[in-house]
Amino acid sequence: MSSMTKPSPPAVAVQPAAQPVRARKSRTDPLYYFFLLPSLVIFTLAVTLPAVLGFIYSFTNSVGFGDAEFIGFRNFIAVFRDEGILSAYGFTLSFALVTVIVVNAVAFLLALGLTSRVRFRTALRTVFVIPMVISGIVIAFVFQYLFSNSLPLAGQALGIGPLSTSILANPDLAWLAIVFVTAWQSIPSAMLIYIAGLLTVPAEVYEASSLDGASPWHNLRHITLPLVAGYAVINTVLGFKNYLNAYDIIVGLTDGGPGVSTRSVAMAIFRGFEGGDYAYQMANAVIFFLISIVIALIQLRFTRGKGGIAA
Amino acid sequence: MSDATRTIPAGPVSTRKRRTTAATERINRPATALLIVCTLGVLVPLYVTISMAFKTTGQAVDGNAFSLPSPLTLDSFTQAWTLTNFPRGFAISVFVSVIAVAGEIIVSALAAYAIVRNWDRRLFRWSFFYLLAAMFIPFPVVALPQIQLTGMAGLDNPLGVAILHIVFALAFNTMLFTAFLRSIPLELEESMRMDGAGTWRVFWKLIFPLLGPMSATVGIFAFIASWNDFMMPSLIISDPEMQTIPVLQKIFQTQFSNSYNIAFASYLMAMAPAIIVYLLTQRWVMSGLTQGAVK
Repeated sequence: MSSMTKPSPPAVAVQPAAQPVRARKSRTDPLYYFFLLPSLVIFTLAVTLPAVLGFIYSFTNSVGFGDAEFIGFRNFIAVFRDEGILSAYGFTLSFALVTVIVVNAVAFLLALGLTSRVRFRTALRTVFVIPMVISGIVIAFVFQYLFSNSLPLAGQALGIGPLSTSILANPDLAWLAIVFVTAWQSIPSAMLIYIAGLLTVPAEVYEASSLDGASPWHNLRHITLPLVAGYAVINTVLGFKNYLNAYDIIVGLTDGGPGVSTRSVAMAIFRGFEGGDYAYQMANAVIFFLISIVIALIQLRFTRGKGGIAA
Repeated sequence: MSDATRTIPAGPVSTRKRRTTAATERINRPATALLIVCTLGVLVPLYVTISMAFKTTGQAVDGNAFSLPSPLTLDSFTQAWTLTNFPRGFAISVFVSVIAVAGEIIVSALAAYAIVRNWDRRLFRWSFFYLLAAMFIPFPVVALPQIQLTGMAGLDNPLGVAILHIVFALAFNTMLFTAFLRSIPLELEESMRMDGAGTWRVFWKLIFPLLGPMSATVGIFAFIASWNDFMMPSLIISDPEMQTIPVLQKIFQTQFSNSYNIAFASYLMAMAPAIIVYLLTQRWVMSGLTQGAVK
């Protein structure tokens, strides 16, 4: 890099676009290190250090305090044989997948609606964004009341068997309530991202296309969808990241129940302080981390093939 | 939806302000009606929360969530206020949010400035990617050691939670700020340096004010995230008396028992501040999210 050379005459400093900063100073103002320091220090102490410690602990039989010894991969092997943990993974992954699909579908439709020529566009958008700013656990408590009191009443009145009792108490249906409330809260941010995406499509494209006699369906299929594909990927990546860590809403709705049917991986990990499971749950956390990374990489790979925009 | 009904809304999210003339604007009535019906999905739960909060305990237990309160009473609010010790919870939540907001803005803006201006230095470049790595480390993965460490450091309190909020938002915020800083021409800064201003002065007098809109976005999201969070405070803060408002809802859930009116009054007081802040600042909420996505 050119900055490695001695103080250069001003003429050399003029370099083509991208990084206009380059090659100006040969010595860095020490104050810049001071600017960078707080973030590096808190990040290292609060994330890197715990991550390294946790990784080391996962190979021990520690209960969170006192002496511990290395036991190799025994925790990891045990995790793979633990039905409770495997079911938490099963629940979390399928919940995340279903929620991503529901959120993207609804958010995209709302965004289409809000970018079309509707009345009260701003007011409607204001209302649709509200769920994003409400605490997950608080709204989960509100829905918990509705699911366990109001919905059964409606189910009884309409004679729908499965709905006539609280779906939160039904091990087969409780996850649907969690998908519903999570989607309720997550749709706004996905919707705003889709709106941003739809606004990048120039109106002329549609005009030209309709002059050629294309149907609205054709436009949606061949112009809108390909152009917002990149935004769909952003929503999927961000969504998966959030849903895999699902916690607040589940605590408010079912607290993992009935039984352990809706216990997420995060809830399983947090039980590490109960019953001396510390190192064991750290092994679980390491596995969870690797799975999250793999899912993120798969999604990014998939994007490249689709030619989406850079996330 | 037909192509003729499309337009580009002129709002804070659109960078190109292009509007078709009013004459060609045809309002899509079916779509409007459909969207209005859809708002019920948002409004009904909020309506239930508000109406339940104003009911008497007698009416609240009758099972009809959708009835209007009669008689209308403020009793549930006073009871929820004293039962959960709302003023204390509120003060603690405000404390956490203020530190998270100020910290997220200042720490990430400083780091982003240092990184952008020294991109040719390996240390700064690598620091950037190091900080970005945080995006791939979710809280649950490091939670257990973190709980231990915060306990050992005497940070198992609201201050510790505020710091963790700053840390977990660091990657995203630094990315937003660096993207924005790259678009600020260096000439502005150089004329100021010509006049003898040092880096410190340049940052606070020139760069930080220029970052204003981005800081607003970062700050609002910091507020919403820290005000609403349950996971971190519930695990990090060891003393229940020092808990934030969302965690208090969980702690008092059993004590609310069948006094749904008191529970809902408490929920309403918990969600109101974030909704109010959102309604007052929506411009930045909208633009911030889309900037974050596109950059």
